[in-house]
Amino acid sequence: MHAFANPTRFLALAKPLTLWFLVAGLVLVAFGSAYGLLYAPEDRLMGDSVRILYIHVPTVWLAMGGWTGIAIASVMQIVWRHPLAAVAARAVAVPGAVFTALGLITGSIWARPTWGTWWVWDGRVTSVLVLFFLYLAYIALANASGDKGGVSRVTAIFGIVGAINIPIINRSVVWWNSLHQPASITVSGSSIDSAFLWPLMVNVIGFSLLFGAIVLMRMRGILAETKVEARLKRMAAE
Amino acid sequence: MNHWPFVLASYAIVLIATAAVIVASLAAMRKAESRADQLGKRK
Repeated sequence: MHAFANPTRFLALAKPLTLWFLVAGLVLVAFGSAYGLLYAPEDRLMGDSVRILYIHVPTVWLAMGGWTGIAIASVMQIVWRHPLAAVAARAVAVPGAVFTALGLITGSIWARPTWGTWWVWDGRVTSVLVLFFLYLAYIALANASGDKGGVSRVTAIFGIVGAINIPIINRSVVWWNSLHQPASITVSGSSIDSAFLWPLMVNVIGFSLLFGAIVLMRMRGILAETKVEARLKRMAAE
Repeated sequence: MNHWPFVLASYAIVLIATAAVIVASLAAMRKAESRADQLGKRK
């Protein structure tokens, strides 16, 4: 990873990757969403509301994946002092918060026709809500650190400590009674029929590529802002 | 209960919000990079 510690080397890779991620992500999400809406079969029990699966699962996956990324980048910042780690963590925070909010909103909309209620204070829903508040706190801490190019050490520690919520979200449907169904996709396989699974995978990959493109764009923006700030300081000193 | 209003609302919210984050991130990146380029040329 230290090969990309140099921002110039990183930008040489990030510029073409941004476009590829964006185009591939848009194509896959357009196809996966259109298929999920128009052609995928309805579920025997959930009826047409099962179509929400194709956008709800990717958003929650990215909500959890985003914080995992923040935690890994924070460890890299503190342990190895990787210069781009803090930039990456800061770039993940806003899209991570947006996808967490989208996961909560689509989950709530899905709950109404299937559970008969918009909201339940069970382990899964509450732990994802806690994740959303953790994102907001992280963004506030990162902005308060005053360091435009990255985040403070305290913010990085918060990113690592907050990761304790990720396994709690994952295991919440096992540990506590819940209206939420148990995990359908695990490391040992999937209990979802292939007619539902493959369009879901298309959208998971598509949204992940879009998330990657957003993070790269935000990293490039932060690096350019840092460059401008450094140059202005140098010009003022001359 | 007709499920389609719930399905369509979910898709609309996710697709519009995702597009908004992409456009906002792209605009912020282009603005910052063009500012950095202009300052670089000034020297």
